[in-house]
Amino acid sequence: MKKEPFLRMSKRESISLWKEALIYFVAILLALIVCAGVIYALVQMNPIDVYKAIFDGALGSKRRIWITVRDTLTLLCIGVGLAPAFRMRFWNIGAEGQILVGGVAAAALMINLADKIPNVLLILLMLAAAAAAGIVWGLIPAFFKAYWKTNETLFTLMLNYVAMQVVTYCIIFWENPKGSNSVGIINQATRAGWLPEMFGNDYFWNIVIVVLLTVVMYIYLRYSKGGYEVAVVGESERTARYAGINVKKVMLRTMAISGAICGIAGFIAVSGSGHTISTSTANGRGFTAIIVAWLARFNTFAMVLIAFGIIFMEKGAIQIASQYGLNESASDVLLGIILFFILGAEFFVRYKIEPGRHRQQE
Amino acid sequence: MEQTYAIELHNITKRFGSVVANDKVSLSLRKGEILCVLGENGSGKTTLVNMISGIYYPEEGKITVDGREVKIRSPKDSLDLGIGMVHQHFKLVDILTAAENIILGLPGRQKLNMKQVNADISALAEKYGFELDPRQKIYEMSVSQKQTVEIVKMLYRGARILILDEPTAVLTPQEADRLFEVLRNMKKDGCSIILITHKLHEVLAVSDRVSILRKGHYIDTVNTADATVASLTEMMVGTKVDLNIDRPEPKNRVKRLELTDVTCTTKDGIHSLDHASLTVYGGEILGIAGIAGSGQKELLEAIAGLEPVTEGSITFYPDTEAARTESVRIDNLDVAKIRELGVRLAFVPEDRLGMGLVGAMDMTDNMMLRSYRRGRSEFLDRRTPGKLAQQVKDQLEIVTPSISAPVGRMSGGNVQKVLVGREIAQHPKVLMVAYPTRGIDINSSYTIYHLLNEQKERGIAVICVIEDLDVLMELCDRIAVLCGGQITGVVDGRTAKKDELGVLMTKHVVHRPAAPENSGQTDAEAGMASADGAGTVDKPADGAGKADAQTGRTSADGAGTVDKPADEAGKADAQTGSISADGAGQTDRKNDISGRGGRAK
Amino acid sequence: MSVIIIFIQKAIVQGMGILFGALGEILTEKSGNLNLGIPGIMYMGGIAGLMGAFFYELGTENPNPAIGMLVSFFCALACSMIGGLIYSILTISLRANQNVTGLALTTFGMGFGNFFGGSISKLAGGVGQISVSTTASAYQAKIPLLSKIPVLGDILFSYGFLTYFAIILSVVLSFFLFRTRSGLNLRAVGENPGTADAAGINVTKYKYLATCIGAGIAGLGGLYFVMEYSGGTWTNNGFGDRGWLAVALVIFAMWRPLNAIWGSILFGALYILYLYIPGLGRAAQEIFKALPYLVTILVLVVTSFRKKKENQPPEGLGIPYFREER
Repeated sequence: MKKEPFLRMSKRESISLWKEALIYFVAILLALIVCAGVIYALVQMNPIDVYKAIFDGALGSKRRIWITVRDTLTLLCIGVGLAPAFRMRFWNIGAEGQILVGGVAAAALMINLADKIPNVLLILLMLAAAAAAGIVWGLIPAFFKAYWKTNETLFTLMLNYVAMQVVTYCIIFWENPKGSNSVGIINQATRAGWLPEMFGNDYFWNIVIVVLLTVVMYIYLRYSKGGYEVAVVGESERTARYAGINVKKVMLRTMAISGAICGIAGFIAVSGSGHTISTSTANGRGFTAIIVAWLARFNTFAMVLIAFGIIFMEKGAIQIASQYGLNESASDVLLGIILFFILGAEFFVRYKIEPGRHRQQE
Repeated sequence: MEQTYAIELHNITKRFGSVVANDKVSLSLRKGEILCVLGENGSGKTTLVNMISGIYYPEEGKITVDGREVKIRSPKDSLDLGIGMVHQHFKLVDILTAAENIILGLPGRQKLNMKQVNADISALAEKYGFELDPRQKIYEMSVSQKQTVEIVKMLYRGARILILDEPTAVLTPQEADRLFEVLRNMKKDGCSIILITHKLHEVLAVSDRVSILRKGHYIDTVNTADATVASLTEMMVGTKVDLNIDRPEPKNRVKRLELTDVTCTTKDGIHSLDHASLTVYGGEILGIAGIAGSGQKELLEAIAGLEPVTEGSITFYPDTEAARTESVRIDNLDVAKIRELGVRLAFVPEDRLGMGLVGAMDMTDNMMLRSYRRGRSEFLDRRTPGKLAQQVKDQLEIVTPSISAPVGRMSGGNVQKVLVGREIAQHPKVLMVAYPTRGIDINSSYTIYHLLNEQKERGIAVICVIEDLDVLMELCDRIAVLCGGQITGVVDGRTAKKDELGVLMTKHVVHRPAAPENSGQTDAEAGMASADGAGTVDKPADGAGKADAQTGRTSADGAGTVDKPADEAGKADAQTGSISADGAGQTDRKNDISGRGGRAK
Repeated sequence: MSVIIIFIQKAIVQGMGILFGALGEILTEKSGNLNLGIPGIMYMGGIAGLMGAFFYELGTENPNPAIGMLVSFFCALACSMIGGLIYSILTISLRANQNVTGLALTTFGMGFGNFFGGSISKLAGGVGQISVSTTASAYQAKIPLLSKIPVLGDILFSYGFLTYFAIILSVVLSFFLFRTRSGLNLRAVGENPGTADAAGINVTKYKYLATCIGAGIAGLGGLYFVMEYSGGTWTNNGFGDRGWLAVALVIFAMWRPLNAIWGSILFGALYILYLYIPGLGRAAQEIFKALPYLVTILVLVVTSFRKKKENQPPEGLGIPYFREER
């Protein structure tokens, strides 16, 4: 005979902020313990030292801090780009591709227009071109979803690899030196098309652009009419139609915004940090950003924290890896473990677990 | 001889949180009988049978099957005991065939022999007189065919006790008769059947005994032969309730909307609305009657700009003295376009949380759902809707912790108040409401009737789809009857007879009349029934109207609104009728409907 | 041997790894779980198989190819099923979002594969390049005699046993899904879990089993790649994007295992087509490499145009199910 379950689950009506924070804190703590266990098993390293090494790797020197900040910004930028799409329940898995085409567009201008036009104009053109490329890449699946309900998860996923081939295609023409199958640092001597140094800081403009986007997106989603439409469409298309919202238009517009920002992320990766273009320009961040955007629940400020946390772990793990001559991919393993715990923790935020009622038990 | 019972329930109690859905309910089903469980919406019928079918588990009491005490903890336990339940919402997998659905989840040899299965099912169906093709895919089936699959599924699984939850709600009278025929065949074969319903004529037509529930309490069980509509109603409703809804005389009736030959076509090419012609006047309430799915939804949505019109026209007449030349065609325009033209339509749809409101958003954000575009700014103005939300909450006494709590967490009555409150606040010219009081406690229902009357008195054209004929006949000035997407008649609400409406509701017009209804006699006959249809009424052959004829009261739906969750009891005593969109300044006159609230108790 | 025969051979070789992944994903998706962790799981299967064989060969004087094969086979199966289990616990029991969980699993799995692939020799005490040639030889053994038949033997019988296993698996899976009771129940779970639940099917059990077994099958794709395709060596990210191609193939095959067989060969052919078209410049080659994805997009778009019910994804795909408690 079947028994009543030992544990009863019920949806929480609401949860206090500190309780939510506590749940996530416990989850991360558990994740770190497991990670420490894994590292110890592999390299017999004292877990305390492990975390010291992680901290050291992420924030151990001025240079490392800036690299962490730079990578956090790129990840954040993509997360911000995904926020409106996810708010609309549009599963844009295609950030990776949108970044790449944005990067390609920026690189194309960077290579071909260098020294032909003023640097400021070049950078602005690159920015616009990257956004435009991202828009195109975002609009294609949105168009089919809006008119024929074509599954956007799978569509955007496939487009990532088409974008990757676009990159390899372009590399053939831009490779430097010839035959290397890579573009190398673009305009290394002239620094044309590079986001300029400001106040002695290479990443000043990265910060400006991303912070601006983060704030604007927050305001857009929360306080603008467009953002309200996105939310309504996300909750229910029928309601949206009833409210007089043109669902197709909103879908296209939102994916244009999403694609544009991801394209800009590509621009930042090319012009603001890597100064080159390759298939690893996006380097899986398009996927990681999905997790960032999801965990932040469309709140772009929460994304700052999450993006930082992820990059922090990544840099730390790379540090451990190099200290012990291990493979850098260790960071992905650790990141994966932490994500599993955080995703699992979400359940305890949304549901209450109570002991089962055994009154009816014989 | 000792009578063995198929199922006995002893003192079953089930609570949901603080709400007691069933309070010490006892019930017994004899072998080979059809037992009706009668009760209004919310009387606990469905909860009760869900405990027999293993969906819920009772907190107290015991269940015996064939005299043995049993514990039913899952639908599977229930089926193992030979109990099969047919739910209101069919549990079928669309892309599978009927036969595949029927054998779903059954034990047996891993390798399927579909030929054999199909033959077995055909034989079974034939035995009881079902029409069923086991090879047909579910998504190609009509509602009644799907129901057949559900019943055969239970029989195939060896159910000897069958529970049907409101089986006729989705059927045409003819289909319902066929179902009853099959049920009688099954009874002859020795099956025991529990039929849940709130339609009295069905009870009288098909059952052997009737058990009555009221507000979660067991009232009594009587032999159908000894029962009359009056006695059953009395038991079901408690003291006899006169609905007593206000109906002020319409003043200044002016033509507001004209529908000419409006036709809507589904993807499969079926006319969900079939050359419907109708004139709607400001200052009156036009009721729409019909069996569920006769085109009510399409009618309202076509006007609202949510359903494409494949043929015909919808014309809006802006103002009292305006000539026809100033009229606006609004068919096939979307909601935003209609609004741009200055046509103020308010629409309270049937699906409140799936269409009318966003459950995850709070009252403020829901208030601006239809008006957020106002103003040139790119930013939302949350102040005005916030004020409106507060006002609606106060005036309609909406029970919610605050206006910033998600509306999805409110009770049905409160959700509806939010929705109606918002729509009225738009100062519409036409107000459409679909099933405004479905699933709502009686006090809230009266609040809503009152709001509708108030809108009517302000000269607004109110179109109201209500399933309950009693309410329609007490509330509406005119009643248009839909059947199979066609308007089979428009009658005067004050003189309408129930049997007359019943006939119209089942009268499929095969050849549509050459001249559309209303075309020549629009404004002239204020107040009079303008129905060609009504003239040609003939007595129906089937039983649909018969029960009414004897008693004047077909179904218990009328009182179906006497459902009163604890938290809202008595809240409606002093209601404020009107709401104004622009917040503060304008306080409209208050209307006391406490008298009505009192009567409802 | 003519170019065409080689082309067909190579297409099949390319296709089989993808086929395993797609079969696993079909089984998983039929239960309503969209597991985007499949690429990661394939990495996990591949590295686990390699490590199993590696440690076996390292610890034995005269490694027996058959035992090495068995060891690596079950290591691959077990490890990838653990990947499926992680996904199942998170999405089924803890109701986490499927897309996000899948992507996290892919991050984890790829990292797992590359990490151990890159550090295995160091962890084992620095034995240099890892190669499990003995075991790999067992995987690469062609069918004796039959493979000697000219042309026919080259095209049909010159592959290792995993290739035939994949084909048999497709047929078995197809039979299971469409001709058995459990298969019918599984399809019902993926289409409409509420209905399946009401019919007495243990939805959770079916989802768990389908997802874990599906992951196991997908993991064999990784094993195939490491052993038969690469001859028992590991290259970081050597898999490339084949895991995503497997997800694409599921759509292309419209969730039917038999379609997946020829679909995988077609994908394999498209994947290497650029090598066999004479006169292609390097740039044009890159464009050709995008073909499998473009074809998949085309299929996706065309099926959404036609709206034929049978060709749509399972209706419950991506939607978590739990019995609503009041």
